[in-house]
Amino acid sequence: MPSEPVRKPVPRVSEELAPFFAAAREAKLAVQRCQRCGTLRFPPREICSVVGCWSRDAEWVPVSGRGEVLSYYVMHQLYHPGFATEIPYPVVIVKLEEGPKLLSNLVDCPREKIQVGMPVEVTFEELSSEVSLPKFRPASA
Amino acid sequence: MSTLRARTAIAGLGITPQGKVYGPSAIGFAVDAVRLALEDAGLHPQDVDGMLVNPGLTWGQAGQMASFALQQAMGLSDLRLSAAMSAGGATAGAMVMHAAQAIDAGMAEVVVCVFSDAPLKPPRNAGDKDASSSAYAFAGDLNAAYGAFGVNGLYALVARRHMHLYGTTGDQLGAIAVSQRAWAVDNPQAQFHGKPLTLAEYRASRFVTEPFHLFDCCLVSNGGVAVIVTSAERARQLRQPPVYLWGMGQGHPGGDPIETLSSGAPIAARTAFRMAGIERAQIDFCQLYDCYTFTVLVTLEDYGFCKKGEGGPFVDGGRIGPGGELPVNTGGGQLSSFYMWGMTPISEAVIQIRGQGGKRQVKKNDLGLVSGNGGVLSTHSTLIVSKHPS
Repeated sequence: MPSEPVRKPVPRVSEELAPFFAAAREAKLAVQRCQRCGTLRFPPREICSVVGCWSRDAEWVPVSGRGEVLSYYVMHQLYHPGFATEIPYPVVIVKLEEGPKLLSNLVDCPREKIQVGMPVEVTFEELSSEVSLPKFRPASA
Repeated sequence: MSTLRARTAIAGLGITPQGKVYGPSAIGFAVDAVRLALEDAGLHPQDVDGMLVNPGLTWGQAGQMASFALQQAMGLSDLRLSAAMSAGGATAGAMVMHAAQAIDAGMAEVVVCVFSDAPLKPPRNAGDKDASSSAYAFAGDLNAAYGAFGVNGLYALVARRHMHLYGTTGDQLGAIAVSQRAWAVDNPQAQFHGKPLTLAEYRASRFVTEPFHLFDCCLVSNGGVAVIVTSAERARQLRQPPVYLWGMGQGHPGGDPIETLSSGAPIAARTAFRMAGIERAQIDFCQLYDCYTFTVLVTLEDYGFCKKGEGGPFVDGGRIGPGGELPVNTGGGQLSSFYMWGMTPISEAVIQIRGQGGKRQVKKNDLGLVSGNGGVLSTHSTLIVSKHPS
C-alpha cells in the first residue's frame, strides 16, 4: 500500500509576496500598483515595466477577483508527487477585469467545461494558517 | 548605405553525433563540433580568430565565459573576437550575424559559432528544467502550488488561445509533426532516421501539456554543432560551396505572446528581406525554429506565408513535407532530427544550399530562410542564405 500521499507544494511567503498572502488570508485578491503611473501588475516587480516610468514606488491594492480565462492547458506530466492523484489537471491564465494576469487553477468546473473566454471569479483555498491560495471558479450568474 | 548582403558566407559545418550520446561533456561536444567544422571547411585551427559560443544548459561554471573556456580547451591563441551569447533559440542566428558584422568591419576573418549541450544524464531533480524566460517565471514558488511546471505549458497556453480564436486543430499541429518526421526518415544524422510517423500514431502519443502531445515537443539531445563564418572571398577559396549570407535581422517584440499570438519574426523579417533584396515568394525552403509544432505554425504566419490564423490549414495536406510546395525543416527539425537550439535549422540550411541533402535534398535551393526563436516567442533571428554570390 502506498504511504500517506505527499502534499502539494505550499508556496513560501517571500518578502515580495507577503502583501499578496496577507490579503489572501482575508479572502481578498491583491495586486501591485505603480504609485507613479498607476499601472496594475502581477507578479510583483521591483520596478514598473511601463516604458519610461520605471518607478520603484509601488503599493498593493485589492482587485475585484473577476476576470476571464485567457487560455489554459491540461497538465499530463508529473513534476511533483503532490499532483499524482490529480493528473491530468488544468492550469489557467486568468485575465482580471483590471488587466493583470494570474496563472492559477480552476475549481468547481469539470475539465471538459473549461472554455477560453469564460468568466471566472476568485476563491480561496486555505493551505495553512499563513497561506490561502487564490484559485478561480466559474462566475456566479 | 553599405550592406552586408552576400559579403560573408558560412564556409564550414560540424555536427557531432546527436541524441543519447554519453561521455563527452558539453564543452567536449563543442570541441568536437569545432574540429569537424574546421575539417569540413579545410581550415586549420590557427586560422580561427573569432569564437562565439551559445552555452547550453549544462556548461556549468564554464558557461559564464564560455568562449574563453572553449578557447582554452582547444588551445587557441590570439583571437580577435570572443563572446558568449544568450538570446535563447535566437542565439545561433544572432552569433552568425555578429560574426558577419565583425568580419565585414575588419575585426576578424574566420569566426566559429558554436552550440553544445549534454543534458541527457542520469535523472535530475524535478525543478531543474524549469528555467524559463516567461513573464510568469518570477513567482516560481507560486506557480508550483498550481502545478504549473516547465516550458511546455507556456507554449501550450499560446497554442490553446490560437486554437480558440482561429479554429486551429490538434490534427493540424499533428500534420507538422508528421511532415517533419517524413523529412527525418531520410536524414542519417536524425534521431528519428528511418522511423516514420503517421497521424494516427501522433494522435495516440501521450499528452504532455494538452493540447500538446509528446510529438508536438522537440527532442532533447546531447551533442554540438559549429559553423564557420568568413568573408565571401575567403569562402570561395575553401573546400565547400559557400553558403552566402544575403540577409539577416532580429526581432524581439516584448509583451505577452498569449495575447499577441505572434513571434518576433515580423520585425526580424523586415530587416532581413530588405538587406537580401528579395521577396518572400522567392524563398525555396525554410528551416524554422521548432521547439514545438505550434512554433512552426506561428512562424509561417508571421513571415507571411499565410495570414495570421491560417497556419493550420496551410500546413495541412503535406504542403511543408517532402514533395510539398514549401519544404520546411527538411532534416526533420528539432522535433525529429536533433535539438541543438538555433543551430539545428542553420545546419540544415547549410546542407541544403550546398546540395548535400542526399535523399532529402530539395530540388530548388537558391534561397533559404532560417529562423531562430527563444523564450516563449520572445526573441527571434532571421537569416536568408543563398548559393549565389550575388
